[in-house]
Amino acid sequence: MASAEIDVKYVAHLARLALTPEEEKQLGTQLGSILGYIEKLRELDVSGVEPTAHAVPMVNVTRPDEIQASLPHDAALRNAPRQAGGLFIVPKIVE
Amino acid sequence: MLNQLTISELTSRLARREVSAREVTQACLDQIARVDGKIHAFISHDPADALAQADAADREIVRGAKKPLLGVPIAIKDVLAVKNQPLNCASKILGNYISPYDATVIEKLKAAGAIVFGRLNMDEFAMGSSTENSAFGLTRNPWDVTRIPGGSSGGSAAAVAADECLASLGSDTGGSIRQPAALCGCVGLKPTYGRVSRYGLVAFASSLDQVGPFTKDVRDAATLLGVLSGHDLRDSTSVPQPVPDYAAALTGDIRGVKIGLPKEYMIGGLDPEVKASVDAAVKKFTELGAEVVEISLPHTDYAVATYYIIATAEASANLARFDGIRYGARVDGSDPIELYSRTRGAGFGPEVKRRIILGTYVLSSGYHDAYYLHAQKVRTLIRNDFLRAFETVDAIVTPTTPTAAFRAGEKSGDPLQMYLSDIFTISCNLAGICGVSVPCGFTNSPKLPIGLQLLGQPFGEESLLRLAHAYEQATPWHKEKAAP
Repeated sequence: MASAEIDVKYVAHLARLALTPEEEKQLGTQLGSILGYIEKLRELDVSGVEPTAHAVPMVNVTRPDEIQASLPHDAALRNAPRQAGGLFIVPKIVE
Repeated sequence: MLNQLTISELTSRLARREVSAREVTQACLDQIARVDGKIHAFISHDPADALAQADAADREIVRGAKKPLLGVPIAIKDVLAVKNQPLNCASKILGNYISPYDATVIEKLKAAGAIVFGRLNMDEFAMGSSTENSAFGLTRNPWDVTRIPGGSSGGSAAAVAADECLASLGSDTGGSIRQPAALCGCVGLKPTYGRVSRYGLVAFASSLDQVGPFTKDVRDAATLLGVLSGHDLRDSTSVPQPVPDYAAALTGDIRGVKIGLPKEYMIGGLDPEVKASVDAAVKKFTELGAEVVEISLPHTDYAVATYYIIATAEASANLARFDGIRYGARVDGSDPIELYSRTRGAGFGPEVKRRIILGTYVLSSGYHDAYYLHAQKVRTLIRNDFLRAFETVDAIVTPTTPTAAFRAGEKSGDPLQMYLSDIFTISCNLAGICGVSVPCGFTNSPKLPIGLQLLGQPFGEESLLRLAHAYEQATPWHKEKAAP
């Protein structure tokens, strides 16, 4: 496993999460110790072991391809922070 | 007092018309008014709506309707969608969110006649072991209000222990039902992964999350599991297995059942009073005719580390949806990325941020194989430990937690110590098996509940509940009441 150093600023950017400088510093220390603990998994030889994504032995689950009612338009928009004309309002994306 | 009844006691008294649903609902609301200022199990509740549901139930009872939970007040963790009720996951980021639909488990409760009410406090997005990570304030343990109720479903456990409802729903990703049930002295059941639909449960770690009940005895847990279980086309991990009559499995006869005691769980950090209670429970099982044998789950020591890679990785992906666009609170920005970042920075609390960063890191380019894939392989080893053990034993018995309830603030400054408090409950979720915590004694001074954990095979809830019920009926612990 990689070293227990973590570039919090970079990872926070990947996660789209604004952090204060204090939060960055504190998270760096705390995550360093958590990653240090996680290092113990390196003790295990997992060569030849298949990964488990989840514990249910089912794959390619589908439901019948039938049209069903969906959430009404106004119910889907009811919780929007900003909306107009039946649409979600967002900042300009393309100049 | 009516609010102290179990579901089975209430439903028989309702059927005999000795009490009304309105009376029992009012008794719960009165208890909330009396004690919830101290306990703070509820983020909010809607008394008028609860009483309206109670009146509707009473009308059905008069008409002779037969439903398993008709007129039973059941409170809900703030992580499950109840149509037209708030849903916050104890976070600021959801703002004034009102659920537009019912979770499948809520539809099932309503169809069974339950009075579905209240939003129970929890650790934000179910991330925590003490309910201290809530944007809505602490929940207190009804046995000692200076102590935590456990978490993340701390409100669900405290509300049942304080008789503010007859039963409640919670969710369990790494012990979030069993651990608070143990610390508050009630019964908490985590069903097998896939037994209960997750549709309408706000996702934390999708491969580990499962909805389950908190109750005052094992019979009620069996009744509720029967209502909650079943295949759901809206959850692709829900398993099309028939739902047995769980209450019918409670025969009291556990002669010849083989129970494994994993030697890896008798660790150094185990409190002597907890150990003594578990030892006494093991003795009780042998008196009841079960055979207890020592077993080994050799990868136990790796479970917490494995969990905190897998759960945080899944959480970092699941929580990407909270971006301030379609719902929840928004902090504006000059472009979408600034809007997302500011919204999430202002909306999430410290533990959620910690886990999003850790989860994003273990999935990031260059680290995915070293952390995430490696952890998924260790997960296979942990699961195989259990499947191998179940070739020789019918169930596994352990303490639910290493200690009784700790003090508020005691571990909140040290995330790793907090994570290690889940050491006995986490493996069950990684392995996808079922588990239940039942009261098995008390510490001396102060008097705090101790929980016994029973773990069962995938879809082995019937034999798990039979064992738990036989033990409960042979011991006095579940009859003890907190006096908040």
